[in-house]
Amino acid sequence: MAAVSNQAPGQLDQNFGGDALTLKPESYMSMVWRRFRRHKLAMAGLCFLLLMYLVAVFAPYIATQSYRHTDPPNRLQAPSQEHWMGTDNIGRDLFSRVIWGSRISLSVGFVAAGVAVLLGTVIGALAGYFGGAIDNILMRFTEIVMSFPTFFLLITIVSIVERSIFNIMLVIGLTSWPGLARMVRGQFLSLREQEFVLAARALGASNARIIFRHILPNAMAPVIVSATLRIGGAILTESGLSFLGLGVQEPFPSWGNIINTGRTFLRQAPWITAFPGIFIFLTVLSFNYVGDGLRDALDPRLKD
Amino acid sequence: MDKTWNNSLNHASTNNGLDTGNDDVLLEVRNLKKYFPLRGGVFSRVQGWIKAVDDVSFDVYRGETLGLVGESGCGKTTTGKCILRLEQPTSGSVLFEGKDVLSMTSEELRTLRREMQIIFQDPYGSLNPRMTVGDIVGEAFVIHGTASGHERARRVEELLKVVGLSPYHARRYPHEFSGGQRQRIGIARALALRPKLIICDEPVSALDVSIQSQILNLLNELQDDFQLTYIFIAHDLSVVQHISDRVGVMYLGRLVELTDSETLYSSPKHPYTQALLSAIPVPDPDHKKKRIVLEGDVPSSLEPPSGCSFHTRCSYCQDICREVRPEWREIEEGHFIACHLAE
Ligand SMILES: Nc1ncnc2c1ncn2[C@@H]1O[C@H](COP(=O)(O)OP(=O)(O)OP(=O)(O)O)[C@@H](O)[C@H]1O
Ligand code: SF4
Ligand SMILES: [Mg+2]
Repeated sequence: MAAVSNQAPGQLDQNFGGDALTLKPESYMSMVWRRFRRHKLAMAGLCFLLLMYLVAVFAPYIATQSYRHTDPPNRLQAPSQEHWMGTDNIGRDLFSRVIWGSRISLSVGFVAAGVAVLLGTVIGALAGYFGGAIDNILMRFTEIVMSFPTFFLLITIVSIVERSIFNIMLVIGLTSWPGLARMVRGQFLSLREQEFVLAARALGASNARIIFRHILPNAMAPVIVSATLRIGGAILTESGLSFLGLGVQEPFPSWGNIINTGRTFLRQAPWITAFPGIFIFLTVLSFNYVGDGLRDALDPRLKD
Repeated sequence: MDKTWNNSLNHASTNNGLDTGNDDVLLEVRNLKKYFPLRGGVFSRVQGWIKAVDDVSFDVYRGETLGLVGESGCGKTTTGKCILRLEQPTSGSVLFEGKDVLSMTSEELRTLRREMQIIFQDPYGSLNPRMTVGDIVGEAFVIHGTASGHERARRVEELLKVVGLSPYHARRYPHEFSGGQRQRIGIARALALRPKLIICDEPVSALDVSIQSQILNLLNELQDDFQLTYIFIAHDLSVVQHISDRVGVMYLGRLVELTDSETLYSSPKHPYTQALLSAIPVPDPDHKKKRIVLEGDVPSSLEPPSGCSFHTRCSYCQDICREVRPEWREIEEGHFIACHLAE
């Protein structure tokens, strides 16, 4: 091999020490956080959600009464000094019920989205990485699950299985993974052909190493975004089920079943519906903003 | 460059008889074919075959640089991937130091990974954006369990120095580097296992011209220091001219001519090679060269032309060219060609 140019080898490093290298090394997470912080609505959403989770955790200390304490003479009271959000049709303190109800709504979102993410990621990853027959079988299955109208499927299952909070979370999770699976599959399909994955294979890396060390970390950004949006979706679904009387059972409160109670008294006592409604609205909105903020912060194509 | 380090690394291979000269065949590729199925229709049936590599044979000698040149899509990368078994060939054989690569078990293949490595074209796509440079370069040691802890960190630092980077770069992420620096990182990764053969798949095509020669120089130095053998892929004859001992020219998945660089550049025999060479601008104004313009587009590798696949664009085309595929034959010692008219 002959010399290529008249440049002496010693000069090779001359243009090093340039722009990029004077920067302090910044970890990926701190870069994401820095970009997320710039998104004002996402930050507001995040603050609201943190507050809501504190409320859920400390519900027993925040609630002014027991959520099941009835006081029929004081039924359908408008908001007042004593009952900040008024009372419902059997005189229970609404503020206390809404505070306790946050536990259900917020945990439903997390568990259901968690189940969906786990299932969707595993199925999508296997299909996308191995391709061929595995892909075919898994994707046909995904399409079948996808083609059921989700809400009717939910209603059917919920009316068959025992109606515990845990079952409801599980059922919501089990019906909402297909979209995620398709997305993860797409990510795997394109990432597995990337040169850094080929390089790892050329070094002799095992399938497990390639999947967990090389592909998954690069495929997770859209999954995290979609999971965040899905938490909001799951909260809405639970509310919908409870509204139809298929969700969390009385006397335990969830935002959905409080609204269900309020439905009958919409004219006389609109506050019963309004307060849990506002909380559902703000929580779901916050999750959507946080999801948007994450999408921008995690997108490697957007430079700073 | 850190000489003591080179010496310690070279130690193992100096006993391997690397100085036996060019007669020593390191890699033997015979009748290599890779057909990709083209699927379509309702049940994704196979509707045809993309003949990405179609019956390619060549040898690579120990210590040499073999250039592999051809237009985009002619199957250069696929050839490289098949040799490394990153792609499973349709048929043919690949012998590395006499061992049949294509029939290796996954355990044997893992051992082979230490002998053959690859450097990619895209300085951005070839480094995992979520790993630090240290983890990227040191991954080989983790996979093969050859060094851990401090020893691994030390080896990574040495590799970074060898390719002209600094040890402190190990903690940084790929996005903090320029294209040329990233290519150096890719080279360090390929060097980690002390391979004998490195397939350089257009390692400088994506770089600025000013950076290209730096990287080529680095590869050149490393070849001497580490007794490397290169298969150097490029889409342009001018890039490989200076660095290759021998050059093979590919067209539509086939090799059309292969000989030492000097012969190829001074007296090319295949009409396609002649056309490619005539397209290179010559600095000397007195040097009059007739420019052969290639007419028409490259035909599809899905339905390559019958007979000689170049016949649709060849100005010497005869009847026989349309019907009979020209044999891959040695017309002079070490000068291979696939053309009916060459003698
Ligand atoms: N995985 C694949 N599936 C189907 N077709 C493929 C696949 N990989 C490559 N091909 C096809 O095989 C042919 C050769 O591709 P290859 O990448 O080897 O060309 P190349 O010579 O490296 O080109 P370039 O200079 O653009 O890198 C092309 O027509 C390409 O479309
Ligand atoms: S075989 Fe015929 S068509 Fe092909 S290159 Fe030679 S002369 Fe041209
Ligand atoms: Mg290529």
